Amino acid sequence: MAQITLVEAINLALKREMENDPDVVVLGEDVGVDGGVFRATLGLTERYGPERVIDTPLAEALIAGMAIGMAAEGLKPVAEIQFSGFAYATLDQILNHAGRMRHRSRGRLSCPMVLRMPCGGGIHAPEHHSESPEAMFAHIPGIRVVYPSSPRRAYGLLLAAIRDPDPVVFLEPTRLYRLFREEVADDGQALALDACFTLREGSDATLVSWGPMVPETLAAADELAEQGIAAEVIDVATLKPLDMDTVLASVARTGRCVIVTEAPRTCSFASEIAAGLAEEGLLNLLAPVQRVTAYDVVVPLSRLERHYLPGKARIVAAAKKALAFA
Amino acid sequence: MTIIAKFEIHYSQFLDPHGKGVQPLPEFARDPRNLIPLYRWMVMMRAYDAKAIALQRTGQLGTFASLLGHEAVQAGVGSAMAKDDVFLMTYRENGVQMIRGVTLKELFLYWSGDERGSDYAVPRGDFPICITIAAHITHAVGVAYAMKLRREPRVAVCALGDGATSKGDFYEGLNAAGTWKLPVVFVVANNQWAISVPRRIQTAAQTLAQKAVAAGFEGVQVDGNDVIAVRHAMDQALAKARAGGGPTLIEALTYRLSDHTTADDATRYRSPDEVAEAWKLEPIARLRTHLTDRGAWDKAKEDALLRECNEQVQAAAQACLDTPQPAAGNMFDHLYAMLPAALAKQRAAALGDG
Repeated sequence: MAQITLVEAINLALKREMENDPDVVVLGEDVGVDGGVFRATLGLTERYGPERVIDTPLAEALIAGMAIGMAAEGLKPVAEIQFSGFAYATLDQILNHAGRMRHRSRGRLSCPMVLRMPCGGGIHAPEHHSESPEAMFAHIPGIRVVYPSSPRRAYGLLLAAIRDPDPVVFLEPTRLYRLFREEVADDGQALALDACFTLREGSDATLVSWGPMVPETLAAADELAEQGIAAEVIDVATLKPLDMDTVLASVARTGRCVIVTEAPRTCSFASEIAAGLAEEGLLNLLAPVQRVTAYDVVVPLSRLERHYLPGKARIVAAAKKALAFA
Repeated sequence: MTIIAKFEIHYSQFLDPHGKGVQPLPEFARDPRNLIPLYRWMVMMRAYDAKAIALQRTGQLGTFASLLGHEAVQAGVGSAMAKDDVFLMTYRENGVQMIRGVTLKELFLYWSGDERGSDYAVPRGDFPICITIAAHITHAVGVAYAMKLRREPRVAVCALGDGATSKGDFYEGLNAAGTWKLPVVFVVANNQWAISVPRRIQTAAQTLAQKAVAAGFEGVQVDGNDVIAVRHAMDQALAKARAGGGPTLIEALTYRLSDHTTADDATRYRSPDEVAEAWKLEPIARLRTHLTDRGAWDKAKEDALLRECNEQVQAAAQACLDTPQPAAGNMFDHLYAMLPAALAKQRAAALGDG
């Protein structure tokens, strides 16, 4: 088995599914000859040709809209938006059409499309290249929102997303694209959508995260372990629909919960999980739920980025705060 | 200085407003019997339209977008398309839909606020009505791309209004359709009004058809109140698309004789004189005169047709009104292929057992 990066795992899943299913097509800006600006689609044109690996004109609404049309006609389009900051132009299409096609046609038509995009900060990119739009997408009925955090989960979840009969917004943590390698078997096995992954078990506190903050959260758990605190770490992975049961079951055992996201605080997805705990897990809580988020500010340019992104220290501090309640 | 590009936009009309031929008729129109099905559909559209407005005014239907004045555009488009082509439409295309096989009952159901009205028995592949202006233009590009990829001789037909030609989705869609030479026909029903905004405020371009030229394909303008002109342009555009010749934009000049919808009052922004002038150009009287002049139509036939249309419309309206209310749980059905566990709880709550 090969040790590969997250972006290589994305590439592997795309190749695997284009090989498996002639209805799968890839489209987006620079996805063809260039292989995508992050090389997620590297080598696809050579293997599957420009009719199935489509360099589109520079038009994000078109990319999302034509994917909807292709999907209704029975293709399985995997569309790439170059950076999530450019994805806001697709919101009309995703909200008004992709998420509604099956519903408003009473199941006559459907929309088995995937909209992939690199998300999050930490790569010293220009403005609009470091957005965390997951909560915005998670608010939309009729779609799935998936945000993997490791090469293996990226591979298995992308296969699941492409095979899923409904639209999936597939967010990819840019910072993790090449941060570490993992053994990934190219076995064509999809992972389950709509389910959290418990990455580490512990009885003292539950740390919940997704996407780019998962490695930071695991590092925080390591540091807490050195101090004798056993933290459970949950990777939400599929934000919509949310597997709240796994979070509730964990918190029922630990009594304390820290939710970590690099998105701005107000109406973040951490708020949704905190609300779920308040509604259904309050009597199991031994301390107030802690949210570790970015600030409600515009993502700063790179010189201030490290002050903006929540890191290990803030996660450890939040966990200790929760543990300070007797 | 050198001219490196220039363009021409061709306008076509076969019947003048008095139903007189202004140039030799295309092949299909030479036998007037071929025009009678078109005429029958146009009369049916008007009967349906009047009934829908009457139902709305009496609180039996929700907001309705009248197609009054658009009958020739819609009969020309609907009759030219093949069954397995795909139609992508705005909310003002019910006439095309009925020719495509959507039933009057389904149309009434939709406007009554029942989504089962979009579950057409036929045509299964046509899109549901697109309310957000111009978004469906990009869907048509995707549909046409799929047809071309699979080497199918099918065409996506996308109907839009003059207002839609101002939107980004219009330019993005046309641009891509031209780039890939896709089998798609864009039909702009230029009815001169986007709610209260007249055509002259939408754009400084002399025609809407010429916007296709910038996207690298042909745009033509036709008299949209002349069903022969619309049908002929459609036949040509569809044949070209099926033969791999790429997209066409047809700008059909017509007039919205109604309010924008039943929620609108057009007297606020346009003069009765203008509307009265537009009535002189309307499509149904023109075709009736033409057919009568050619001995293919008479008062007895007209009376029988009106009676038949009104009976069908009345029966469909009654069938709509008699349809039981959808169950509350229906709003969860078809949201996903399989209802996710998180939503199953909400569904149970909505049904009162959660």
